[in-house]
Amino acid sequence: MGLDFSIIPKYLDVVLLGAAWTMGITVASAILSFFGGIVFAVIALYAPWIIRQPFRLIEWVFMGTPLLLQLFLIYFGLVQIGIDLPAFVAGIIGLGLHFAVYNSELIQTAILAVDKGQMEAARTLGLSRGEALRKVVIPQAVRAVIPPIGNNMIALLKDSALVSVIGVSELTLSAQRVIGKTYRPFEFYILAAAFYYVINLCMEWVQRKIERRIAISR
Amino acid sequence: MTEQTDFVEIRHAQKSFGALEVLKDISLSVTRGQIVGIIGSSGSGKSTLLRAINDLDPLTGGEIWLDGVQVNKSLPHRQYEKHINEMRQQVGMVFQHFNLFPHMTARENVTMAPKMLKGLSQEAADKLAEEQLDKVGMLERIDYYPSQLSGGQKQRVAIARALAMKPKLMLFDEATSALDPELVEEVNLVMKRLAEEHMTMIIVTHEMDFAASVCDRVLFMDKGVVVEEGPPATMFKHPTKERTREFLRKHIEGAK
Repeated sequence: MGLDFSIIPKYLDVVLLGAAWTMGITVASAILSFFGGIVFAVIALYAPWIIRQPFRLIEWVFMGTPLLLQLFLIYFGLVQIGIDLPAFVAGIIGLGLHFAVYNSELIQTAILAVDKGQMEAARTLGLSRGEALRKVVIPQAVRAVIPPIGNNMIALLKDSALVSVIGVSELTLSAQRVIGKTYRPFEFYILAAAFYYVINLCMEWVQRKIERRIAISR
Repeated sequence: MTEQTDFVEIRHAQKSFGALEVLKDISLSVTRGQIVGIIGSSGSGKSTLLRAINDLDPLTGGEIWLDGVQVNKSLPHRQYEKHINEMRQQVGMVFQHFNLFPHMTARENVTMAPKMLKGLSQEAADKLAEEQLDKVGMLERIDYYPSQLSGGQKQRVAIARALAMKPKLMLFDEATSALDPELVEEVNLVMKRLAEEHMTMIIVTHEMDFAASVCDRVLFMDKGVVVEEGPPATMFKHPTKERTREFLRKHIEGAK
């Protein structure tokens, strides 16, 4: 059986829908991982011991175990304790928290690297430590780590294919389903790859825009 | 409170970093509107003393009083934080390295604290920013970011930022030391203008000419003590202590 790309248009809508899901899940979990990363970083650096210690455990779970296992745990495991999440929500939470932990590592380092004169200047004006962190230190730390966070977000996009295993019809799973009907794996995996590539380009474009915008304010 | 009362009073200030004693029983009082210069070589404790006044470097002994209120009074942690934040709103500080917030424009640098702490509306804050930046000659750069400004311009914005909180007292920690020589004058001019408005100021400086022209009193510090103090005319022309003479001689040689 030779290659025949002319079959693509017939199933393009299915794959397109999958791509839309992939984009939606990626954007939602990217946002969760960004703000989650900031919250995690603040907890890791400044929360009292009683909060910080259990948090370390959560952090370890998300960094030290496979994302696939985490998705199973959130989707299938939580049902047993009465938390029955729709698959795509479980996927967003899993991806979001997983990458929040990685973003948190970056943001922590960046917070510590902000010149201590910044905190002093803010405190001198009468801001509390928390206010100074929120208005002065964290915004600078976040600006400093936009490029590596962008890299994490590209990784997130690629790992979003894993949510197919809990039944979310995202790009990879949609391609698989079409292949199940047509027995044309090469054509449709290539098509899916092309979509990933395009989404990837869009994300890089957004990242460049953000970097250019903040360049002046660093 | 009358004009004669001590406005800032430092009583037996003592500060140690571990075994190192950087301030040894310093007492000093400053009346309202007075401009006090502190000179001395690096490591003499002059910056530490200045930073103790708004509790950036808390003392290990002694008391700081501002306008009848003790700055470093002993309170439970939370209450102390609240107290010190209120005290700091009354004391403006200008740093050697400006410490402008790089992610904010000049306007935002000036308005951030008044908006946050005094609840100023955006309009009132904008008016305040225009007023304060105009005062330091930076109005035309109001929407520039620090990265777009020269050192002297940054320092002038930093002064405007401090003034926007309407402080009772201004502290200058070597405000011109990090500037290129040709940019020093513009900052000095702003400080002179403040002096003319009778702002109470304590100025740590390496610039003897400036101290001589602006200050009512000059203190010479060495190894954590005030060696000698007096009006600039006496201090610079007829210092009585050998250590002061030696410092001034070295400084004049250095300037040449």
